[in-house]
Amino acid sequence: MNHVLDTDRVRTDFPILSETVNGRPLVYLDNAATTQKPRAVIDALVHYYEHDNANIHRGLHALAVRATEQYEAVRAKVARFVGAASPESIIFTRNTTEALNLIAYTWGAALDEGDEIVLSVMEHHSNIVPWQLLAERTGAIVRAVDIREDGQLDLDAMRDSIGPRTKLVTIAHVSNVLGTINPVAEISAMAHEAGALVCLDGAQSVPHMPVNIGQTGCDFYAFSAHKMLGPTGVGVLWARPEILETIEPFLGGGDMISTVKLEGSSWAEFPHKFEAGTPNIADVIAFGAAIDYLDELGMTAVREHECRLTEYLLEVMNKISWLRPFGPKDAEHRGGVISFEVEGVHPHDVATIVDGHGVAIRAGHHCAQPLMRRLQVPATNRVSFAVYNNEREVDIFLEALDHVRSVFADDRPRTTI
Amino acid sequence: MCVRCLLMTVPEPQFDELYREVILDHYRRPRNRGKLTDATAHADGANPVCGDEISLDVRLDDGRIESLAFEGVGCSISQASASLMTDRVSSTPIEEAQAVRAAFRKMLLENGTPDPSIGDLEVLEGVKKFPVRVKCALLAWNVLDRALEAQPDHKSGDDQ
Repeated sequence: MNHVLDTDRVRTDFPILSETVNGRPLVYLDNAATTQKPRAVIDALVHYYEHDNANIHRGLHALAVRATEQYEAVRAKVARFVGAASPESIIFTRNTTEALNLIAYTWGAALDEGDEIVLSVMEHHSNIVPWQLLAERTGAIVRAVDIREDGQLDLDAMRDSIGPRTKLVTIAHVSNVLGTINPVAEISAMAHEAGALVCLDGAQSVPHMPVNIGQTGCDFYAFSAHKMLGPTGVGVLWARPEILETIEPFLGGGDMISTVKLEGSSWAEFPHKFEAGTPNIADVIAFGAAIDYLDELGMTAVREHECRLTEYLLEVMNKISWLRPFGPKDAEHRGGVISFEVEGVHPHDVATIVDGHGVAIRAGHHCAQPLMRRLQVPATNRVSFAVYNNEREVDIFLEALDHVRSVFADDRPRTTI
Repeated sequence: MCVRCLLMTVPEPQFDELYREVILDHYRRPRNRGKLTDATAHADGANPVCGDEISLDVRLDDGRIESLAFEGVGCSISQASASLMTDRVSSTPIEEAQAVRAAFRKMLLENGTPDPSIGDLEVLEGVKKFPVRVKCALLAWNVLDRALEAQPDHKSGDDQ
């Protein structure tokens, strides 16, 4: 397989990259928030509504059959894409957040007072708050494992935190702030040895590198379509079939039942047991087009491309005294996410000025307030890459940072990078 | 047109209106920063989305704001606005401070021309062209309003 991305060709597949912002070409570096969509995904949405639109699973007419087949084909495609053994263990949700909540509300209901959930200080709020709510409902305890100074998870601390009462270890596969790629197989082994299950938040991993769920050793895996070139409104939960078999449904309603009687009802088999009501049919089908697109590029090529850009930007940043990047120093140990500080300038001022240059970055707490506290910063700037970014865009961004520096420099001379 | 050619035709974006020298000066060297040992009112406020924080001590005496001091973290606009506010409303009757607050809000939220009563605060007029930053400029004033709210004979304005 060819491992080099033809970025120039890739860029022509994304209509939004022709946009100008403040008279300048859009440089979109906020991909950890959401990625842009290729023409194929947009076309799939339009095609579905123009040709195949019907409700799924119940209808007997031609369109209903077509829509159902396409929807279920994406389930199989997703399973194959992440190395899941069976399509039935793939559940469509609204997003990663809903997938994590689904676990907390179904599997989590069996927790007892004093049971423990272990997570890390680098988690996104969506992998903290559902467990805090679960702890409130059940009396379980949430323990947070610290990171080391280099932005890597402290595995010794994790080993110490996992005990006989630990029921779940839930960790980001890749941090949305530090970019850290966590050693998930090692974590799974550690947790399983103690009899705990493992949940991985894959929102920042599946879109950017080859992921094989089987190799992670986890029991639950969650991610979102919109961060991997797909449409908003679709999330994925994978869980071990033997767990899906035993846990109760999440939401009740149409499509998730076997029979309904006024005296009581029985449930459909999974995955349908967990997909109550009309799902997001059109977006799931368009998500299939996103997976096809990534498949064609090859996830190894995607990872190598983003790794090169990360290396390029980190190398420049490490040379500039007034820039302070967070997270692992080595691009091999991180995804294409770089959070950083500009000395003496608040991230919101940075974001406003670079936006003037057409450059979209994120500034804020990135839904990771505990990590901000740990890093002792109120907020950070964040750049995050996708398949269509190139070195030229990194240069435009660096020129914009130079402008930030000159606006805020005390004596206001132009400084150069 | 290719990216390089397009960039050559577009002038560098200007931020002189947003980041006026007076604003940057108040950001770097905030006035009335700290705590008051003799404060009679206090309030805290934050913009949860962006993390700007202001903590305000006020000494009130006989319907007047005698002095103020603030602490906080946040962007240049939020911190400079707090500094400028403390300068403008110290040694001022509460009623006048409220009128200044109303005029300041009008400038930012209703695209009003700056009323002379707001004084140096008119340097923040450029913020109105950046709608997501308006809340940064208003934070200190909302905190002041909350501090005054605790006073029995004070009628507070609305929060946003």
